[in-house]
Amino acid sequence: MSSPFLSVENLSKSFGGVQAVSQVSFELEENKVLGVIGPNGAGKTTLINLLTGFVRPDTGKVLFKGQNLAGLRPYKIANLGVARTFQMVKPFYQLPAFKNLVLPLRSPRARHLIGGRYGDLDAVAKDLLEEVGFERDSWVIYKHASVLPHGYLKRLELARCIALSPELIVLDELFSGLSLAEVASLVPVIDKLKVQGKTIIMVEHRLRELFRIADQVVVMNFGQKIADGKPKEVMEQQSVREAYLGSEEEEGGDA
Amino acid sequence: MLQGVLIYGFVNSVMLVLVAMGFNLTFGISGVANFAYGALYIMAGFTCWGLLNSLGLPYWLAAALSVAATALLAGLLFRFVLLRVRGLVISEVIATFGVGLAILELFRYFGFIGFEYTLPVWLDASFDVGETVVDAQRLLIVAVGALLTLFLWVFTRYTRTGRAFRGIAQDERTALTLGINADMVSAYAVAFGAGYAALAALVILPLGTIAVNEGYDVLVNALAVCIVGGLGSTVGVIVAGFLIGFAQVFTASYGETHWMMIVSLAALLIILLIKPSGLFGKQKELEERI
Amino acid sequence: MAKRLERLDRGIKVRSDDIFALNSWREMLYIIAPRVLPVLLLLVVGVWASTYWQRVIMQVCMIGLLAISWDLLAAVGMVSLGQALFFGIGAYIAGVLNHYLGMSPWLTIPLATVGGAAVCTFLLLPVLRLRGIYFSMVTLILPLMIERIIEATKVFGGTEGLSGIESLPQGMTELIAAMVVVWIALFSFTRMMNSDYGLILKGINDNDRAVMSAGLNIYYYKAQALFLSSGVAAFAGAFITHAYQFVGMPVFALDYSILPIAAAAVGGMGTLAGPLLGCFILVPMNELLRGLGGMRTVIYALLLVVFTVGLPEGIFHYIKRKYTQFERWVEVDS
Repeated sequence: MSSPFLSVENLSKSFGGVQAVSQVSFELEENKVLGVIGPNGAGKTTLINLLTGFVRPDTGKVLFKGQNLAGLRPYKIANLGVARTFQMVKPFYQLPAFKNLVLPLRSPRARHLIGGRYGDLDAVAKDLLEEVGFERDSWVIYKHASVLPHGYLKRLELARCIALSPELIVLDELFSGLSLAEVASLVPVIDKLKVQGKTIIMVEHRLRELFRIADQVVVMNFGQKIADGKPKEVMEQQSVREAYLGSEEEEGGDA
Repeated sequence: MLQGVLIYGFVNSVMLVLVAMGFNLTFGISGVANFAYGALYIMAGFTCWGLLNSLGLPYWLAAALSVAATALLAGLLFRFVLLRVRGLVISEVIATFGVGLAILELFRYFGFIGFEYTLPVWLDASFDVGETVVDAQRLLIVAVGALLTLFLWVFTRYTRTGRAFRGIAQDERTALTLGINADMVSAYAVAFGAGYAALAALVILPLGTIAVNEGYDVLVNALAVCIVGGLGSTVGVIVAGFLIGFAQVFTASYGETHWMMIVSLAALLIILLIKPSGLFGKQKELEERI
Repeated sequence: MAKRLERLDRGIKVRSDDIFALNSWREMLYIIAPRVLPVLLLLVVGVWASTYWQRVIMQVCMIGLLAISWDLLAAVGMVSLGQALFFGIGAYIAGVLNHYLGMSPWLTIPLATVGGAAVCTFLLLPVLRLRGIYFSMVTLILPLMIERIIEATKVFGGTEGLSGIESLPQGMTELIAAMVVVWIALFSFTRMMNSDYGLILKGINDNDRAVMSAGLNIYYYKAQALFLSSGVAAFAGAFITHAYQFVGMPVFALDYSILPIAAAAVGGMGTLAGPLLGCFILVPMNELLRGLGGMRTVIYALLLVVFTVGLPEGIFHYIKRKYTQFERWVEVDS
């Protein structure tokens, strides 16, 4: 019986007096999409930071293919095959989109898997951009990232992630700030990643779009995991409803 | 002999803490590393000297005016120089450094060097502490140091401005949303730290002459104590000040005087090896910034 | 009718972009002139100058190395307030090796360069993990501390320093060598910063979390930049030691830390050529204003502040902009 692809065990982190993440555990099988949802402040972004090495956990383990990622530095984790996007997009604004991809393409992992000498990287970068929805040979590839609309910046984030040829992709609110049409155009991209064998974790607020693609959903509230299972089952749980909508006792005054 | 070493070690430690506290304050609250600190220290000394000797003002008035003038100048420095480059670390560093340098070298150029540039001691007397003879000025330094630390503690807990200081130190953006004018508070923080430096200068400088080079030494010492203790941590500065202060006096008494600077350097290097952010440092490593 | 200022690339710049420069002599000249002219100019001035001014030009080159290395570090996000540290360590290594072990400059200078780089990188390794301000603070106080310690412990000649150091081949050779090194440093660093490697370094300054999440070990890259920069500065120190046949406490003086920063502020940070330009202006000015004594430092300090706050762009950026773009007023549609 081989160990699960990703196994999070009793992960906890507190900042000063605030318990941001408390004893969170879950398992994820390979090539599945996991959604992480919960109200604001539930600890979702901290969870991602813990998984990807940007924050050191107080206790707990993050077992990725049997190896414990807890305590490793972000770049080591990235090179092991776990890539992430940021909720607040962080591109290099002074560089054109395809130049933005140069950095992940120069990582040890990408160099090992994709190869390519100095000149070839530009072509690889442009292919990657096309995969996430940048129109080939259009201005969006060549102008500085500072003039790109929000939708393209999000795609650029995703492209930077994919450039690492990761096995596990962690997306922090990829759909936030996007129109329905933009979200609809990104869903096929995520499907394609799944077809390619990748495993994906998505933190999202936009539940309808998420539930169409997620195989498994974990719900967090106040730093704890309150539900874990298939999307439909999870949404029927009382505790989840209360987390989002409040319980009947809380609804005072006019109904 | 041992008692003397302990007492002088104590005094030296308080001096170091006094000197470092202002710099630490400014940085902890507003994130501004005021490299003009040493210059402001010396300027306070010269201002007081000028007020005493040219205008013949009474000591307490000259002192109060010097502190106020230094604090005011620092606040203006923030408002007119630093604000324009706020957030750009490179420019902030260079700007404060440049100003400090200009002030110190200006004093040197205009010939403010010599034995006539001294501030009178508060009380020309000595007291017996146990078997050791300690002069009144050194006792004053200890008293002032204790008072200022206590004042700081009370100020940051019980006054509005003080609490605003702590708010900004914790999270500037949140403080902004709570109606705290971060720029004003930062200006106060810079002025406050400079005022602290001025007070320290006024009690410490009477021990010798007002020397321009001491401006650099003060900056070096303040930085060393802050780095060892942890930037932004008051407790750290106190602990580090005492550690280095006693170590310096011990080496001076049982070893050689000129090893004192080596003690500071050694403390610095050791801290960098073991815990670079300082003993009580709250500076998280790069990753943990959100 | 409202107007706005529009900046467009000059025709010749566009025509000489990339391989199209081979179109005609004029385009090629446009590209080559700014690179070759300064080199030739410096050479000519150097050859015709008096011995005194030849020394000054050599100083310009060495301070230029300090400025270029400072700019490299600043581009990665590390603001050094103590180039004197690297300079002094290089100077002392060369001086000590020559004075006590009798090694020739051909040995001491390379050893000082590499050894100095190694020592400085090792020394500053712990602060690379912390916020940038720590780097500035530590680089500021280390040379000052070392200066005091040398004075106190009288090691390596103490306040009197080590004299009688072997000199370099005299006159023209020394000067040409200095120039060659500066141009090599400038052009190779510029190429480096324009390559993908430079992109990574600049990325670290811009957004280190993004660089880390891209799988790159930022500390390793920072250490590399530190090694390169301190090596170049150490070289300058070693060279000066042999040129003046003396090494002493003053090599750790604040002047060697301030001048590169002032040059960068005046000439334009981030361009590598800008700081060098700043040196061409400030070092001779330093010599000419010798009569003013201590006032010079005041002037530099003030220049520093004025340029940093008022004209952060620097002279080089301005010149470059004028060379590659032209401006015109256009009417704005209301």
